[in-house]
Amino acid sequence: MEMLDLAGWHPIAASSDLPTRHVFHGQLLGREFAVWRADDGFVNVWENRCLHRGVRLSLGLNDGRELRCLYHGWRYSSRSAGCTYIPAHPADAPARTICNRTYDAVEAAGMVWSSVAPEAEFALPEVLAGADPLVLRPVPVNAAPGVALALAEGLLPDARAIGAASVSFAEAGLVVFVQPLDAHRCVLRGVLLAQPDDRMAALRYHDGVLCGLRDRIEASGEVAPPPLEVGFQPVDAALAEMPARARSGPKAELRVQVARKWDAAQDVAGFQLRAVRGVLPAFQPGAHIDVHLPNGMSRQYSITNAPGESDYTIGVKRDAAGRGGSVCLHGDVREGDVLAISAPRNNFPLRRDSEKVLLIAGGIGITPMLAMAQALQVQGIPYALHVFARSEAHVPFADRLAGLAVTRHLGLDAAGTGAVLGDILSGYAFSHHVYVCGPAPMLTATREIAAGAGWPEEAVHFEYFANPEVIDDSTSFEIALARSAMTLQVPAGRSILEVLQENGVDVPSSCEQGACGTCVCGVLEGEPEHQDVYLSAAERAANDQIMTCVSRARSARLVLDI
Amino acid sequence: MMAQPCTDTVMLEHWHPVVSLDELRGAGRCRTVLLDRPVEIVRAAGGARVLCDSAPVQTLVQYGYVWASFGTAPAPLFPFPEFDEADRRFVVTGVFGVQVSAGRAIENFLDMGHFPYVHTGILGEEPHTEVKEYDVEISQSRDEILATRCRFYQPKAAVSSDEGADVEYIYRVPHPNCSVLYKSSPVDETRLDAIYIFVQPMGQEKIRAHTGMCIIDDASTDLDIRSFQQTIFGQDKPILENQYPRRLPLDPRAETPIRADKSAIAYRRWLAAKGLGWGVIPAGA
Repeated sequence: MEMLDLAGWHPIAASSDLPTRHVFHGQLLGREFAVWRADDGFVNVWENRCLHRGVRLSLGLNDGRELRCLYHGWRYSSRSAGCTYIPAHPADAPARTICNRTYDAVEAAGMVWSSVAPEAEFALPEVLAGADPLVLRPVPVNAAPGVALALAEGLLPDARAIGAASVSFAEAGLVVFVQPLDAHRCVLRGVLLAQPDDRMAALRYHDGVLCGLRDRIEASGEVAPPPLEVGFQPVDAALAEMPARARSGPKAELRVQVARKWDAAQDVAGFQLRAVRGVLPAFQPGAHIDVHLPNGMSRQYSITNAPGESDYTIGVKRDAAGRGGSVCLHGDVREGDVLAISAPRNNFPLRRDSEKVLLIAGGIGITPMLAMAQALQVQGIPYALHVFARSEAHVPFADRLAGLAVTRHLGLDAAGTGAVLGDILSGYAFSHHVYVCGPAPMLTATREIAAGAGWPEEAVHFEYFANPEVIDDSTSFEIALARSAMTLQVPAGRSILEVLQENGVDVPSSCEQGACGTCVCGVLEGEPEHQDVYLSAAERAANDQIMTCVSRARSARLVLDI
Repeated sequence: MMAQPCTDTVMLEHWHPVVSLDELRGAGRCRTVLLDRPVEIVRAAGGARVLCDSAPVQTLVQYGYVWASFGTAPAPLFPFPEFDEADRRFVVTGVFGVQVSAGRAIENFLDMGHFPYVHTGILGEEPHTEVKEYDVEISQSRDEILATRCRFYQPKAAVSSDEGADVEYIYRVPHPNCSVLYKSSPVDETRLDAIYIFVQPMGQEKIRAHTGMCIIDDASTDLDIRSFQQTIFGQDKPILENQYPRRLPLDPRAETPIRADKSAIAYRRWLAAKGLGWGVIPAGA
C-alpha cells in the first residue's frame, strides 16, 4: 500500500492544464485541489473548498493575483491563500488568519507535482533530469493504483520501477506515472523522454498504448477497495465564533530579509522585504506593518504592493528632525539585513462596494494609496489617484504608478493645493468614497473641503502618519475593566495603555500616538477626552470607543470593555 | 438503490412536503422518495393519500401541498397566515431536485451575501455587496428563527423605477426544512410579499425543493412569476451542488462564519439543540 502513502510526491496536472487565468480541479489520495497559476507564474495548489461555506474553489475566478470564490466573492491571495477581502463587510479588514489550506507544489518536466504530507523536498525522478519531455494525455482508470502499477510493469519487457508509483521503459523512452486519485481510482500519466520526430504520430500511438493498458487494468477483475475517508480540518477556533474583530496582535512574529533597498524618490528609501522562511501572510490594501529597528525603536509603514505579490515593499521618508526611526532605516539598514516585523494589520481598510473611489496622496502618504490603487485597478473598480508632491523627483515609486489612473499635482503651495482639492472633491454622488493620506495640514484641509462639498463623513477615509496634536496627560482618573474585573488608577503623566500593560492586560498597540487605531478599546460608561486623530467626529461623539495610548477621561471614571 | 431508511426521530416526527396539489391535480398520482423511503401519493377524498409499500402514511393537506409524516404524533404544521389572505395570489413556482442536504438549501435561502455574485443584476449587483447589520432571534414560544431588519441593495427595486435601492427582508425558519421570506412588494410598498421554500428531504444529500409565493400582484402572469423564480433557483442549484461536505456541518469550527451569517449561525445552533443527526454532520462527529 506504499502507493497510498501521504508523503509521496505525484504529478497532479500537466503544465498545459494551467493556461492563463484558469482554475484546474486536481485530485490526490482522496483530496480535491484547486490548482491555479498566478500571472507571475506561481502555481497554487489549495484545498478545493472555500473556508466560508465549503464551495469548490475550482469554480472560482482567477484574476491573475487572487482567486475569487463564486458564492460570496471572498478573495484569496496567491501564495499565502490568505483572505484579503470579504465583500459582505466592505468596511472591515478580514482577520489575517482566514487562510485556506495550501499544499506544496513544484512545476517540473512539464507537470505539476504535489504531495499531501511531504516528508522530504521534491526530487525530480533522475530519469527526467535534463530531459525535454513530451507529456502524454492523462488516462483515468477505475482501479486501485497498486493494481494499475503492477499491470503497467508488464507493458514492455524492459520495465524498471522508479520510486513507489512509476515505471520506466528505457528502449521506448517512456515513463508511466500512476497518480493515486483515491484508493480505487488513479490516472496513468505517460511522459516521452525526448521530443519525437513525428509528434502527432507519437501522441496517437502512445495514447493507444495507455488506453489499452487501462482496458487491461479495468478488466483484471480485482475488486476496488472502498474510497479513502478524508475529513476536513476544522478552522481556527478564533474564527468559529462571532464577532470576528481581531483584538490580539503579537508584535514582531515575522522575520524578513531586506532583498532590495533603493532610492524610491528624493529622501525616500524603498525596502523590499522577503520572508526568511516560508510565505509572508496575505495583506490587504491599506495595511501597515510594525518594523522593529536595530536601534530598539518600532515604526509603522504601509505596504505598497499590489494584490498577490509575495514580498512587502515599504517606503521610508528621511526625517532628520524625527525621532530617529527613518534615519536608522536610511543609514544603518542594508540589503541582506534581517528585520523583525509584525504581521500586517489593517486599520485603514478599502471598501470595494463603491461606484467610484478617489485616492488623494500627499508626499510619502502615497504608500497606502499605491496598494489601494493597484487593488482597484485589478478589480476594475473606477478610481482616480491624485498625487501631490513638491516635484517629480519627490514622487515615490514612480515605476508603480505607470498604468494606474494617476494625476500628478506638483509644486503647489497650500492655497494651490486647496484649490485643486476643491476641484477634485466637487460632485459627490451616492456610493463614492474618498481616501486620503498625507501630511496633517493636507488631511485637515481635505476633510474640511469634502465636508463643505457635501461628502458625508462616512465616505471620507483618512490616515494620519502622526498625531500633530500636543497631548495633554495632566489629568488623573479611574478606569474599571468590565471583562477583566479590575479597577485601576491612571495618574498624570501615564497613558491608559501604559497602565493596562503594566497590570498585565494585553492590549495590542502600534504607533502609540493616536494615529494608527490599533489600541482601540470599547467604552461602556464615562466620557472620554479624545486626543487621537484616528476616530472621525461622529465616532468621537458616540463616546463608545477610545484610543488608549493618548486619550483620557473627562469624567472621573471610565468603564472599558476589556 | 435506496440508502438505509432514516431513523432520526427529529426528522421522523415532522411533517414533510411531498407534492403540490397543483402537480397532483395534473398527474393524478405521484411517486417520490421521502427520508429514504419510496412513497406514492394518490388523489383521494379530502385531497390526497400517501402510501409507503402500499401501507398508508399519515397525510395532511395544507398550504397547497400534500405533507406526510412517519412519526407517532407529529406536531401541527407551522402557521403561515399569508396563505389564507384573500387578496394574495398563491403561485406554485416549481419543484427542483438538488443533490444537497436540506440544511444547505435552507441556509442558501437565508443568505443575502451571495445576491450580487449569484443573482447578478436581479437580486443584487456589484459593487453594492454590503450585508448591513440585522437582528436574529430564536423564538422559544413559536420554536422558530426570525431574522428582521434585513436590508440589501437590489437593482430595479420597484416595478415603477429603474433605480436600485435597499429592499427590506424578513426571514422565518419555522421548520428545520422550511423557510418563508417576506419582502416589500414592488407593487404596494405598504405590504410584504411572502416567498417560501418547503424542502422535501429525499435522502441525507438529496432533496426536492418546493417553491412558491403568496403575493400582492395582479399584473404579472403566472408564467412571469414562475420564470423569475426558476431563474433564481437555477442560479443557486450549481452552487448548492458544489458545496462540501454536502451535509450541513453543525460544528462551529467546520466553516468560517462572518457577521452576515448570523441567521445561519442561529439556524445551525437551533438544529443542534433539537438533536438532529440526519442530513447534518453533528458537532463532535
